[in-house]
This record gives sequence, structure tokens and C-alpha cells, in this order.
Amino acid sequence: MTKTLKGALLLSVLACAAHAEDVTLTIESWRNDDLKIWQDEIIPAFEAEHPGITLKFTPSAPAEYNAILNSKLDAGSAGDIITCRPFDASLALYDGGKLADLSDLPGMANFSDVAKSAWITDDGQHPFCVPMGAVIHGFIYNKEIFAELGLEEPKTVAEFHDVLAKIKEDGSYIPMAMGTNDQWEAATMGYQNIGPTYWKGEEGRTGLIEGKAKLDDPAFTEVLSELATWGDYMGDGFEAQTYPDSQNLFTLGRAAIYPAGSWEVSGFNGLADFEMGAFPPPVKAEGDTCYISDHTDIGIGMNAASAHPEEAKVFLDWVASPEFSKIFANALPGFYPLASEPVEITDPLAAEFASWRDECQSTIRSSYQILSRGTPNLENELWNASANVIRGTESPEDAAKRLQEGLSSWYDKQK
Amino acid sequence: MPKPHVLIFLAPAVLVYTAVMIYPLFDTLRLALFAADGQERVYVGLANFRRLFLDPLWSDQFWNALGNNFWFFLIHMLVQNPIGVALAALLSSPRLRFAAAYRTAIFVPTILSFVIVGFAWKLILSPIWGIAPSLLDAVGLKSLFAPWLGKEAYALTTLALISVWQFVGIPMMLIYAALLSITEEILEAGEVDGITGMAAFWKIKLPLILPSIGIISILTFVGNFNAFDLIYAAQGALAGPDFSTDILGTFLYRTFFGFQLQLGDPYMGSAIASAMFGIILVGVCIYLFGIQRRLRHYQF
Repeated sequence: MTKTLKGALLLSVLACAAHAEDVTLTIESWRNDDLKIWQDEIIPAFEAEHPGITLKFTPSAPAEYNAILNSKLDAGSAGDIITCRPFDASLALYDGGKLADLSDLPGMANFSDVAKSAWITDDGQHPFCVPMGAVIHGFIYNKEIFAELGLEEPKTVAEFHDVLAKIKEDGSYIPMAMGTNDQWEAATMGYQNIGPTYWKGEEGRTGLIEGKAKLDDPAFTEVLSELATWGDYMGDGFEAQTYPDSQNLFTLGRAAIYPAGSWEVSGFNGLADFEMGAFPPPVKAEGDTCYISDHTDIGIGMNAASAHPEEAKVFLDWVASPEFSKIFANALPGFYPLASEPVEITDPLAAEFASWRDECQSTIRSSYQILSRGTPNLENELWNASANVIRGTESPEDAAKRLQEGLSSWYDKQK
Repeated sequence: MPKPHVLIFLAPAVLVYTAVMIYPLFDTLRLALFAADGQERVYVGLANFRRLFLDPLWSDQFWNALGNNFWFFLIHMLVQNPIGVALAALLSSPRLRFAAAYRTAIFVPTILSFVIVGFAWKLILSPIWGIAPSLLDAVGLKSLFAPWLGKEAYALTTLALISVWQFVGIPMMLIYAALLSITEEILEAGEVDGITGMAAFWKIKLPLILPSIGIISILTFVGNFNAFDLIYAAQGALAGPDFSTDILGTFLYRTFFGFQLQLGDPYMGSAIASAMFGIILVGVCIYLFGIQRRLRHYQF
């Protein structure tokens, strides 16, 4: 028994010695859907260029990721590379000394301030994760229905209403596939989708954080007023329509327009047997600057206690490079790399979404940074308020006032 | 001093029950007296309860959830239990054929998972794919259809009725068992005195099953004030539309575990859990001391 054990020990020591220069980096992630993409495309591409570093992608289930990661970090058994949730969850890890400061990583120069905003300290000095992927909001539409009814992509809000009214008048199709049962679509695909156009993207969003703008200012109330008009164009009984209901209505060709996030692209490609197009949130008047919600969703950082910080930084620098962006964008259509340098995307629908980055100003969802830390929680309130105004049970003005009261009750800069 | 073998026989149950029920219960009550201060846990006395009951940010939600809980309970008491008693009375009728088949069919939903029940009823009532609108259409009553689960005025009642549909088998079975235990001699003695048919039910059977109805009421009370699963499965943790289906269970879940961008607050969550415990305790005490002791028990 002792002999075998000694033998095994000796063997393992020898094995280690033989690969002394080889470093294995373990990657923690919640994207178990992406396991194949990492193993078949991302990891081989990196290892081919960096002999001596091997990567191991070890994802866990999305719902359990935060809890598992936290306990692994506390126990000191977490991997070297850590996939970062946006905003407060990761910020808490950085503040707790679990994530390393990446301000001296050369690759960080490839990202804009908006892209970095999800993984940076409140003062904007210390980034701690490399931005990896974003999702873009807009509207996906059924090209066949548009051709049949002789409609064109609307550019302004007036044209948008015109298109919706025409589809409704024709009566064969539901103008807009959305419901309020699950509430989050109303806020995410409604309020945060069209909102940046009204509050001028970053200007309004940072204005809220700095206390210069208020949620009941005309710019913000208008968004809710616009949402209030949507209810007329939704299907019968939209009050009880769920998110999967809406997806099915659209992909079965029963609805013409789907307020979307780009993450739908790969799913819809597989389900819809008609040609799809996409248009960005319509602007108020022809020629106005357009704004899109280009929301930071996935980042990647380094365990502060990693035994191989140098190698980990080499990998993170590679993630920040255009080469990684290209692989990532095409392996997962609908998730966009955040680097400032544009990449070529082959999926036409996903490419359409990405093309708006050139025409429009990017921003992120207004409630995600700092503003959802208190009670009442702004994000939850937005779900509720957006769904209420679409259902017509609360006036946009009342809803806006309630949102502002909620925020100012705990956020000092809004008092 | 009890005999040693009594202690030994009690030990497994007492130990397991203490570890998984009593200790967590008291720890929750203790946790409700603390709050987070940065990374530290500090003792704050009853401050969490003051916030919960007096700070409008919390108390509005709390009273709303409590009110909804009472409505949920009331529907069960007014619909589930009378139907359960009626079904049991029908089933115990000796002339009824296929009694076993009915009994099984009515009891089966009770053993289904909440998730399945919530999902199935959401589909049945769906304005898009559901069979409810087409069934109503077939009898010319389409105008009565509304997206019930999406309307503030109807959603909670609809969910309560779904829950009634699922659980009506439980009062039925308990009452059925109570009815079967009534001996023939009593009924025959009644017949001799001229009490037959419906009168036999009201004058002989009902008084004899009253203790069972009491037990069912208290089970319904505890079950309803602990309810969570059906609402969560059908409407999500935000209990839409506009919190009209929010009950204490969903309120507790949101607060304790957090939701979307809202980080969990185990201390306020424990305060809500303690309040729920208190409400149920008071309810059960009222029943035990106010009602059960006055119930007359008949011995045959």
C-alpha cells in the first residue's frame, strides 16, 4: 500500500517536472452553452499562438455560477481566469480583493469608456475585467410581411407608428409581438430599447448617476408615453402573453415586428423560415442622431490569488485583441465583441445590428450601473412601471414620478 | 424521569427535527435582529421590523402581500372547502357508481408539481394558444373571455381558483374518511326518529365531521400563508401584474435571495419570514384556543 502510494507520488512529481514550463490556466464561466465554442475554436486558436500555456474551460450552470464562484474564491480553489458578470456582482469581488486590478493591461486601450463601464470602480480608475461581449437592442421584423403590405423600415417615430397602424388596419398580422406577463420585456426590450434616443444615450444615463437628470424629466417621461401607445398594437390578451409566446408569435410569422435584443438572432435563425430584417430604435425627427443600447454583458478577469499571474495576463491581453473578437463574434452571432476596432460578422441579421454602431451612439441600460443598488430596486421598478404603462393602468407621468421618488429616496445625488 | 428506552426511541426524530426545523427556525428569528454594515453583521434590535411595518417603502409591499394572502385564503375557505365537503358527501353515498374512479380523478391533481400545474393552466388560459377562449367561443360566450392572468382585477382570484382545483382533493379525502367512520347505527337510529335524506346530512353527519372541517381550515390557513410555488411558477418573483398577485412567500423570496439586479438581503428577508411565522402562529393559536376546545367530540 505505502509502496504504491510512494510510487504514485513519485510519478506525479516526475510528471510535473516534465512539464515545468507548461502552465495550465483554468477558466471559470457560467456560459456552459459555449463549451463547444471554447473547446473547438477559442482555445485551439490561443494555444497555437502561445505554446507553454494550456487552457481549461470549466463552466458551471448560470443560475449557480455566482454562488459557486464565491465559495471557490473563498476556499482558494477558484480558477485563474474568471468570467465576470456586469456591474455590482463583479465590483463586490474586486472590492473584496478577489479580482485583480487590470489598469496596466495594454489591451485595455482597445476599449471605449462605455465598454469598460461595467467592470470598473465607481471612480473610473481601476478596470478589473476585460469587456468580452455585448448585446444590442433594436427591432427585428418579418421582411415578407413588410413586402406584402408594401412597408418600409421606419426611421422616425412617426413612420414607426404609421407602419404599425397600417399592419393593424390590414388585420392579417399582429403588428408587434410583445406581452406584459413576464414584465421584463417591457423594460428591457421596451424602455431600455427606445429610451436612449430620448435621453440622448450616455448624456442622460450619466446625468442620472450624477444627479443632473431626473427620471421624471420630459426626456424620460416621453419614453413611457411612447410605450403607452404600444399596447394598441399588441395582440389580443397581450396582458397574459409571456416571453416565449412572443417569440413563437414572431417566428411562426403571425406578428410583423419584434422588439428585440440581439441575443435572439441565433435562436430566430433556426426557427423562422422567412427572411428577417432589423431596424434601430426610430428617432424623433429625420436626421436626428440615433442612439442604441449596446449593453455590456460578459467580461473576463483574473483571480487575484492566481499562481500564474503573468500567463493569465497574456491570455487576457489576447482576449482584448481583434483576433479574439473575430472568433467570438462569428461563433456566437448576436453577442458582439466590445473592442473599438470593428470586426467582420458573417451572419446578415447579426451584422445588421452591429452596423448601427457606426451610425449611432452607443450606451448601456440606464439602470444597471450604481442606480440599482438601493431599495426600492430601480430595475424591478422599471419592469413594473413599463408593464403598467403599456397595459394602460398607470399614466406615464405618474409612473415617471414614482420612479423618481423611489430613486431619490435612497440615492444621495438625486435628493 | 422517563424510562431510558423511551428517550432512545424518541432521539432520532427529535434530533432530525431539531436539526432541520427547530434550529433553522430560531436562527431565522435571530437573524432578523441583525443588519449588514459593509461586510460586517451588526445587531440592530427591532429596526428591521420597524422598517417592515412603518417605512412606506417596505410596509406598502408588506400590507399588499398580506392582504393578497387573506384574499387567497378566503377563496380557499369559501370555494375549496365547501366543494370538498360536498364532493365527500356525494362520494359516500352508497348509491353512487364508479365512486373510486371519481375519487381518484379528483385527487390526482394534488400529487402534481406546482410547476406543471402553473404551466398547464397558463397554457389553458393563454389568449393565444389556450383552449379556454375557443371553448367559450364554442358556446357563444367568447365575450366573457379576458386574459385573466394578466389583469390586476382577476389575476389573484384566478390563481386562487387554480390552487383550489389542485387541492380540492385533500379536504374531500379527509371529510370522506370522517364520513365513513360514522357508524350505520347512528344513521339508522336517526331514521327511526324520522331524520332521512338531506336532513340526515345536516343534523347528524355535519356535526360529526365538524372537527375534521376545523382541521382542514387550519391546514388551509397554514398552507395558504406559506404559499409561494404556484405564484412563482405562474407569475414570476415580481408577482405581476403590478404586484396584484404578490403574497408573503414571493415577497420573502425577492427580499431574501434578491432578484435580477436586486442583491439579496438575508436580514430583511428573515424579518419577513419571522412576520409570516408570527401570523401563522397567531392564526393557529386562535383556532386552538378559541375554536377547537369548544368543539364537542362525540364518542361512540
